[in-house]
This record gives sequence, C-alpha cells and structure tokens, in this order.
Amino acid sequence: MKVIKPIWLTICIATMLIVALNVSAQVSYQRILNAADEPGNWLTYNGGYSSQRYSRLDQLTPENVDQLQLQWTLQNQVFGAWQSNPIIVDGIMYVTERPNSVMALDAITGRVFWKYRHVPADNALVCCGANNRGVAVLGDKVFIGTLDARLVALDRINGQPLWNVEVGDVSLAYSVTMAPLAVKDKIIVGVGGGEYGIRGYVAAYDANTGKQAWKTYTIPGPGEPNHDSWQGDDWKHGGAPVWITGSFDPDLNLTYWGVGNPGPDWNAGQRPGDNLYSDSVIALDADTGELEWYFQFTPNDGYDYDSVQVPVLADIVFKGTPTKVMMWANRNGYFYVLDRVSGEFLVGKPYVTVNWSSGLDENGRPITTPQPEGMPTYPGNQGGTNWYPPSYSPRTGLFYFSAWQDYATIYRAEESEYEPGRAFLGGGFSVLAPAPGAPTIGIGRTNPINNWTNEVGHASLKAMDPQTGEAVWSYDQFDVSDSGMLTTASDLLFTGGREGYFHAIDARSGDLLWHVNLGGQIVMAPVTYMVDGVQYVSVISGHALSTFALRDS
Amino acid sequence: MISLIKNLPNCQFFTHFRNYVPLLLLAGLQQGLAQEFGDHQYTTEAIEAGSRVYTQQCALCHGPQGALVDGVDLRRGQFPTVRSDADLRNLISSGAGEGRMPAFELRQEEMNGVIAYLRAGFDPDGIAVKIGDPGRGQVLFRGKGECATCHRVNGIGPRTAPDLSFIGAIRTPVSLQRNLLDPGTALLPINKPVRIVTRNEETIVGRRLNEDTYTVQVIDSQERLRSLKKSDLVSYEISDAPSKQPTTLSSDEVADVISYLLTLRGLQ
Repeated sequence: MKVIKPIWLTICIATMLIVALNVSAQVSYQRILNAADEPGNWLTYNGGYSSQRYSRLDQLTPENVDQLQLQWTLQNQVFGAWQSNPIIVDGIMYVTERPNSVMALDAITGRVFWKYRHVPADNALVCCGANNRGVAVLGDKVFIGTLDARLVALDRINGQPLWNVEVGDVSLAYSVTMAPLAVKDKIIVGVGGGEYGIRGYVAAYDANTGKQAWKTYTIPGPGEPNHDSWQGDDWKHGGAPVWITGSFDPDLNLTYWGVGNPGPDWNAGQRPGDNLYSDSVIALDADTGELEWYFQFTPNDGYDYDSVQVPVLADIVFKGTPTKVMMWANRNGYFYVLDRVSGEFLVGKPYVTVNWSSGLDENGRPITTPQPEGMPTYPGNQGGTNWYPPSYSPRTGLFYFSAWQDYATIYRAEESEYEPGRAFLGGGFSVLAPAPGAPTIGIGRTNPINNWTNEVGHASLKAMDPQTGEAVWSYDQFDVSDSGMLTTASDLLFTGGREGYFHAIDARSGDLLWHVNLGGQIVMAPVTYMVDGVQYVSVISGHALSTFALRDS
Repeated sequence: MISLIKNLPNCQFFTHFRNYVPLLLLAGLQQGLAQEFGDHQYTTEAIEAGSRVYTQQCALCHGPQGALVDGVDLRRGQFPTVRSDADLRNLISSGAGEGRMPAFELRQEEMNGVIAYLRAGFDPDGIAVKIGDPGRGQVLFRGKGECATCHRVNGIGPRTAPDLSFIGAIRTPVSLQRNLLDPGTALLPINKPVRIVTRNEETIVGRRLNEDTYTVQVIDSQERLRSLKKSDLVSYEISDAPSKQPTTLSSDEVADVISYLLTLRGLQ
C-alpha cells in the first residue's frame, strides 16, 4: 500500500490538472449554440437548436454510400419500440434504453462505459409504451426525463446521479418521455399524459441544482389570456401535453414547443371552445417561460391530432424576402410554414387526403367538415405524420418527413368523466380496414409479416418546398413509417420505416441510392457523427442500434 | 398520443345475429359448443361492458386484436403466465413486466367485463351465430362443400389456400360465417391471390404471404415458397376477387361447417 498510494495521488493530481485545463471538452452552451460548426458531434436531440437534422459532414456521398459497412451493433436488453435518439460528444455516445436507462458508449466500437438505470415508480402510467427518446447534455452532465415524471442529472463521465427532481405528479399520470432541451444554464422539459386528463406544461430547471426556474402551463388558467377558450372546469383536465423536444432561436431568445391533444381525446363536444393551447405551437421566452405567441393548428380537436411535431427552424428567402420561418408537417394532414418571429401564418396545404377540413382560411384556421358518424376520417388517428423528427436541408431548401398515406379512422365519441390517474379518452376509434377481422396498423410492429398490407395505409416520404407547400417528390413504402430523417451536406437523406429497411436516398431527386434490411422497425431518426476522421451513421432498428461507416474505414 | 386500432365492425351484421342468441343457447348446449358456452359465467352485457373497458384501457398497448405485445395474444387466450380468471384479475390489478404493464385500478364490474371480453375472444356477438353439428360439418368440408380441395387440415390437403388446422382458435364464428357466405368481403388482404410475371418470363400464380417495399413472398401453385424482388418483375397483379365463390351450402349446412371449423384448434 505504501507504494501504491503515492501513485494514486499523482494520478489524482494529474487528473485534476487535466480537468481544469480541459474545460473546452465540456459541452458548453456556446458549443451547443454552434453545434452546426462541429458536425463531428450530435449535441442535441435534433442535432442543433434549429432542429434541422442536417449535418455538414460529407465523407459519405451519393457515389460511395453503397460502400457502407456495419461497424458495430448495440443490442437493446429490453423489448418494446426503441425510440431513443443518440447524442454524440467527442467520440462518446449517450443513448437511453427502456424504460429509463442511460448508457455511455464508445462511438467507434459500441462498447459500453457505464449504464445508469432509473426504475420508474410502480404507478407510472403512459398511454402508448414505456418510451424514452433520449438525453440532453450540458457541461459535464447528462439529463434524462423519466416515465414517473422526474428529471435526473447524471455525471457525464461516470454516470452517477447528481440530482433527481419531480417534474410532475406521477399519481396523476404525468410522465416525461421526451429528450430534454438544454438552453443556456437551464434544462427544459414538457410532460406527457394527454390521455389521462393532465394539464400540460413546459418547465425549466437549473442545470446545476435541479431547482425549477419557470413553469408555463399549456392551458391558461383563470384570468390569463385565452382561458375563455375552455368552459367551466374543462381546463383543469384538458390535456395539452408536451412530449417532444422543442427548438430554440437564440436571436429571438424564444423556445418553440409543439403541444398535444386536448382531453378527453375523442369527444370534442364535451369541451366546447378552441381549447387553447392544445394542438398549437407555443413560443416561450427561454429565460422566463413567458408566452410570446401561439399558433393553433387544430381548434377543438376530436381526432387526437397532437401537434407535437418538431418545430423546424430556418432562415430562408420567402417570396423574395429573407424570413425567419418555422416549417411544420402537422399530424392533422396540413403542411405549414409560419413566421417564427410573430407566429404569422404563411403557407398551409394538405399533404395527404384530408376530409375533416376542407381547407384553411387566410389566418391558417381550418374550415372544419366533420364526417358523419361511422364514416372514416382522413387522416386517421395516427395522423398524416406524428412525432418522428423531420429534416430540412439548407442546400436543397426542402423539408423532409414521413407521411402516412390513405390511412383513415372511424371515431366514436362518448361522454367521459375525469377521474384522477385514469384514462380520459371520451370514446374510441377503429381503423378503416378492407375486411372485417383484417389486421390494422398498431402503434408498433411486432410481427415480421405485414399482414395489414398497404390497404390500411402506407408510408410516403415527402420532400416539401416551403415556398409552395407542395411536395417536390415523394418516396413510397409498402408499410407505414415512423422513421425520422437525416440529411447531409452531400445531399444524402437517411431514413427507415417499419419494414426495417435503412434507406439512403438522394435528397435532391428522391432516388434510392442504397438500402439494407436491418430487420426491425426503425422508429427514430438516424444520426451522423465523425471520430478520427471517419464519418459514421447510426440508426436503431428493432432492438439493435447499428452504426455504419465506409468499407475501408 | 394514442394509437389503438380496431377493425371496422359491420354493425348491421352483428345486430342481426344477436337475434340468434336464444337459438344458440339451445344449439350450443346440445352440441359441441356446450362446454365453451356452459362454462361461461359472463353475460352478453358484461362482454359488451368489457369491450368498452378494453378499448379505453387495454387496446392502447395490446392493440385492438390483443396481439401487439410480444408473447401475448389476448383474443386467443395466449398468456405467458396466466391461466385462470383469478390469475388475470391479479395481473391486471398488480401490473407486470417491471412497469411495462401498469397496474390498473378497475372497478369490480369493469374487471369482470374485461375478463369476459377476453374470454369471449373479443367478440360481443361471437356466440350469436348458428352452430350446427361438427361431424356433419367435417363431411361437408371434405365433400360437397369443396373446402378441402384448396384448404389443408391436420396435414391433409393442399397448401395453396391457408391451412385451417387451427382456424377455430383464431377466428370467431361470425368471421367464419362471413368467410363462407361472402368471401369477397371477408378475405384478408394479405391472402389475396397474386399473379406475377418475372423478367425471365416465368409466370407465378399463388397466394401472398408477406410483402414490403422491395420484395414479395408467395406460396405458388406448386406449393413452393418464393421470395421475389419487385425490381425483377415485369408485372405483379393482386386480385381483388377471392379465389373462392360464396358457398352454395344451405344455412344448416353452413352451420355444420362452422361447427366443424370451430373444433380445429391446432395441436393440443
């Protein structure tokens, strides 16, 4: 021991010096702010505050993409849809696993450094699976939201928990499934529970202490503007959850969040009014949480058209004028372009068959055409698209996302009474099927046989021109797709689908360049990063996270 | 953030056959269904109530047909750990799988209802179909009904149409009846007959087994399993018409065939 002790001491002192000198290796707010300038890393859920999921890496090209080769695979140890988005920092990948585990691994080999496991409380309740979509990083910490509505900070180096705070009341079915968003010195999350009569909100926490900095409800309370879009006590249990990571514009100091469905889901008649800010995008001041503006896509929604899509931000020349826009393919079947400074409606057009509405008025408000009872509503309950992240390529000027084509639902509304911690749905629905007893699309896919077939709906990857709101091209799949998008500076578009194919597509033409069968549903977007001069692309399919690079890497 | 899927029920059809419940009671007790029916201590009202509970509480994860969770098929009564109704009750109220299945606080009548619904194979009207004699049904299946010319049962018969050895375990009486009387509306899309011409001028006629964006899997008329790349095909037609006509059997004979099909429950 006498020999060892001085050596440890020396190592400790050396480490302390290195840590002190190596501040730049931390994930500072500045680094996240300029994430696009270090494309070797993937620093936020959507790759940067503008959520474009566009990478400047260009080692992979349309010419060499068919030379991609599997480098490593990480097997998930838990069954269920793996919707996690990896974060990559300086060669280390952080990825979550169901229900609430976090792993740090070597991004070159896929070998795991540490794993932290949070076991959610027994009474945690989520409508649609024990999902977790990933972590946020800031400084020397990693942050995860949990199914029992807690926010946990971990030491990024050794995975030890540093603080663990309540975000919402688990007994009332609040939950966190999204990856948090780190802005300046705060960690911002929203809550799920739109099927259980929660009152949604977005809340920010001090990254160092976990102390709540602000909390903004997505349903205004008495005395607040737009409270009168609800009647009686409906606002108390009106849902409007926020379960997908938002975006941030540092110049405007605004964070943008998509808000989910009002509750009860399918009985719009039970909650008269527009039900603000359900099915809206809200712009909140990053420092105070104050609401700057909102835009509601689907007032008094009875179709579960959560507007939890990722707000995709870009500065474009719109009709001759440089404009700060937000692009949004909404679950309700319309594609929107908004002015993100003011929330002004610029463009709105249907991208799939829509029959719940005959169009949008000059302010973007839908002209509703409810279907007779028992008749199909297009798009169906899963929407024309859903939460899976789109991509915008500043090179092509196109917005890419997964749409569900020819998919409809028959809704049934019934009166339902709110009871704490119980489902608050207001009816039910059935998917329009070609034959009685025919299988129809579920939330995930566990069967390797697509026996619902394309007659129930199918995927169409669409490349939208924000100038016109029209698709420039589309790429159809036989099955539906809940896959997000990734674009690169070499005009590659990577995406997946439920069939388990990983596709590389020409982002300009929509031509298929390469595909491989990974064998399990791809229900998240691919990410790309670079370590030691090698560009990698990672994608989760089924229960495996697979990472590819060029053959001679 | 819900996704739950249920098939489109034909309400008229179901309502119509509800009238047969008393008839079935009688027929059921007399014939092969006696055990299935007599053991049932749940009322139609309970099943219907359970259907509503299921839609609201269970279908979100288990899906409309109860098969979306790996290793569990609620409609077909396939559970990894549960046997009795008491087991089911316990599991529903306690949860399972480390939080993957939450614990549900159901009221007594809701709990009874949901178990009744599971035990009724998700079909509130499932027992309301006229059921005949399985022995006569088997004879009709092999002979006059011409079912066995395409369908295989327990290792006998061709494989070109779906094997029916366990059809009684996976289909309800209503569904079987519709399949016999109106196959055009009952044929599952995946089973549709296909006609494929390949680049090397081979024509393949068969039944579709699976399909994705780039490939299709079929069993051809020679009972060969074929997997084809769509890029290698000159033409690929999926027939909207089923490969069989509505049956010409009488209603009593149809009842007999249904009764026989319900006995086909696979390897015991």
